[in-house]
Amino acid sequence: MSARLFQFHGGIKANGHKRESSESPIQQAPLPRRLVVPLRQSTRATARCIVEPGEKVLKGQRIGEPEGFLGTAVHAPTSGTVVEFGRHVMAHPSGLETRCVVIEPDGADRWIERKPFDLRHATRADALGWLRDCGIVGLGGATFPSHVKLGTGSGVDTLILNGAECEPWITCDDRLMRERAADILAGAGILRELIGARRLMVGIEDNKPEAIEAMRPAAGALGGNIEVIAIPAIYPAGGEKQLIRVLTGIEIPYGKLGGDFGVQCFNVGTAHAVYRAFDHGEPLVSRVLTLTGNVERPGNWEVLIGTPVDELLPLAGPKPDTDRYVMGGPMMGFALPRLDVPVVKGSNCVISASPALFPPAPPEQNCIRCGECARACPAELQPFELYWFSRAKNFGKAQEYHLFDCIECGCCAYVCPSHIPLVDYYRFAKSEIWAREREKTAADLARERFEFRNYRQEREKEEKAAKLAAKAAATRAKLDAEGAGAEPAPAGEDPKKALIAAALARAKAQQAATAPKNTDNLSPATQAEIDAIEARRQATQQAPAGADATPGTDAR
Amino acid sequence: MIHSPYIRRNASVQRVMFLVLLALVPGIAAYAWQFGAAILVQLALATITALAAEALVMRLRKRPLQPTLGDLSAVVTAWLVVLSFPPLAPWWLTVFAVLVAILVAKHLYGGLGQNPFNPAMIAFCTMIVAYPSLMSQWPMPGADGFAAQLALILGGARELDGVTGATALDALRSGMRAGGAADAVLQQGTEFGVAGGRGWEWIALGYLAGGLFLLATRVITWHMPVLFIAALLAISGVFWIADPATHASPLFHLASGGSMLAAFFILTDPVSGATTPRGKLLFAIGVALIAWLIRSFGAYPDGIAFGVLLMNMCVPLIDMKTQPTVFGHRGGSR
Repeated sequence: MSARLFQFHGGIKANGHKRESSESPIQQAPLPRRLVVPLRQSTRATARCIVEPGEKVLKGQRIGEPEGFLGTAVHAPTSGTVVEFGRHVMAHPSGLETRCVVIEPDGADRWIERKPFDLRHATRADALGWLRDCGIVGLGGATFPSHVKLGTGSGVDTLILNGAECEPWITCDDRLMRERAADILAGAGILRELIGARRLMVGIEDNKPEAIEAMRPAAGALGGNIEVIAIPAIYPAGGEKQLIRVLTGIEIPYGKLGGDFGVQCFNVGTAHAVYRAFDHGEPLVSRVLTLTGNVERPGNWEVLIGTPVDELLPLAGPKPDTDRYVMGGPMMGFALPRLDVPVVKGSNCVISASPALFPPAPPEQNCIRCGECARACPAELQPFELYWFSRAKNFGKAQEYHLFDCIECGCCAYVCPSHIPLVDYYRFAKSEIWAREREKTAADLARERFEFRNYRQEREKEEKAAKLAAKAAATRAKLDAEGAGAEPAPAGEDPKKALIAAALARAKAQQAATAPKNTDNLSPATQAEIDAIEARRQATQQAPAGADATPGTDAR
Repeated sequence: MIHSPYIRRNASVQRVMFLVLLALVPGIAAYAWQFGAAILVQLALATITALAAEALVMRLRKRPLQPTLGDLSAVVTAWLVVLSFPPLAPWWLTVFAVLVAILVAKHLYGGLGQNPFNPAMIAFCTMIVAYPSLMSQWPMPGADGFAAQLALILGGARELDGVTGATALDALRSGMRAGGAADAVLQQGTEFGVAGGRGWEWIALGYLAGGLFLLATRVITWHMPVLFIAALLAISGVFWIADPATHASPLFHLASGGSMLAAFFILTDPVSGATTPRGKLLFAIGVALIAWLIRSFGAYPDGIAFGVLLMNMCVPLIDMKTQPTVFGHRGGSR
């Protein structure tokens, strides 16, 4: 193709291990005994449950209502009965639990009524809403909501389809491109229309010639300015920022989305899901997942979201020396904390790992500052400097050296001759920094609240005093007006005394009117006790009030 | 808990150090050919001393002997000490120097990867200050038989003028101080060969071959050797063109003393050197400049060791000021 390719710095060439599973076509995985559908689909977005245990649901029926800016809807992956709404361990290295809807399939796999979305007679906002309601998120792994991504940036000129699939072992996108090229590109066409992009580029690593061959004619059929481009197979070419760099030369800095730079990038699986959502009215309830590694029958399976991993494993037949299971690729994936965790929208691969396949890391040695990591880093960082700073808990310096630009791709740890688990040091530093920021925010909030409370107390005290003064003045005026009347005040007497006298008279009258209380006939001893308690209470109440009053003046 | 990545390249510190030792072999072979097998005795002595010193430190620190002893870094240090020393230095000088390198320059700072200074150069500078005369006794190629060399190493009496000569660099300087023109001095003296010191050109070629091997195996990057050689050629070239009568030619500087050893094996020590690409360039230029100044105007036979140590001191500053631009941060304003 004519396009000039750019390079990104560093990267690694690892053994791809693609052949193990790349030749097995996508097969439909059998219905599991039960489905555990998490309402939390990514770290930041969760949905509100709208079904009750015992309720019958149809395939594609909404069971979770999107909440918040990043929320997307959650759907029943098959027809059946909701049997539980509770907490289950999620597919995450933390092993933490999240709220899940457990569905027992009825075996019929009956869909709700599916209606294609008419893009031509809809506004852009409606279309984005449809994506949210269909639960479309990025299927490359990050599960970022597609409607949010599409909503960013304006004047986006280029749409990029990410078919790089740079992590070793994973072949789900490869198979999808080989088998469903037309559908993927139809989805890409919809995305292109929603963005208003002129150009569409499909980036595929050159280790997938069959996928490239399948995508090219499909691209020709779709028409418009489309290029299917073979890019060098250098990990992490499939990282969104790296792929954008390779295809367009544009560098997206940390914290920015492609939309801000006139580029949008979507995974091929996402484009496929978009096509199913718009042309078939199907929400996202399944995805393609590669089962590979130390197994008898590596392959690619169409798997319902919520399928527990341990129900999938027999499809591939793990060999006896398997010691753990890695979700995702070997470079950025994680060992599953438990095997009953459900497949989520970002799960692209489960690798059965053995000591022979992924040998345990040799003992960590001292860093010799050889700089291999810096030569491998696609973010062009100095990983060994970040390592020293993270290790010394010098987090300020680590941030100054752009710790947060690290994409945790693992290239540095892959090449390190001292076998230092570098990425773990960065993860540690990042989470420490986040924790400290949270603490600081909490402390700031608490301080603000405290200061406001003092200010409020002070203000109320003043208001009360002002009210009393006004009242006293009013009474005095009234008395003065009555002065010539029945009870003339002695000449030269303080008006305050007159006030007190009047109040006393009123109180006497009131007391006479009310019945005597049980406190009226107390023995002197009890009365003394009550007085002592009252005195103590008064003292304790006054002391903190006095202490609070001083900082309160600062609040204003 | 073990986290990703789960795969690693087959790389290790041991492999890096082994490749460095392998790359030194051509230079050592040329050395033995030109100056006799005494150098091999020195290498063996230094290797044993270095390993013993490492073992001692590991014992004192109650650490396991492996992988420290097996990583070969102490052997590299020992060999570099020997190759920068006069080949017929008495045995105790070699042992003393290696102990200084391993115990003081390396382990007092915390061991492998922690030393701010190049251990071999610390050893060289310590000994040249402490024993200037012993450190200045460089033999003529093929002057002594192996037995005589061994006797000298084992502490035989030294007839200074008889067994040892000044280095080419020394001879050039003293010749020029005495009023002779560089050309004339170079042509008269038996110390000089075709390009540099007699015999030393071959050793320099051996180091060059080893250095190219290290470049090919990506153990070192091009920055340090290229810039060091270029800077040395440029500085000496400018003065040579301006006044060929009082300055040695660039080729002479390159083939003499430890220039080639330094370019490929000493400067490129990753632990004590600069690490950023631009920092490496600055570091190499700095060493070349200081080395040329000391060679031309100083009192020591060669200035590379001092140049390396002085630039080692500047490494934190150099690295800090030459941080490469991070992905997505080009163009400042973004």
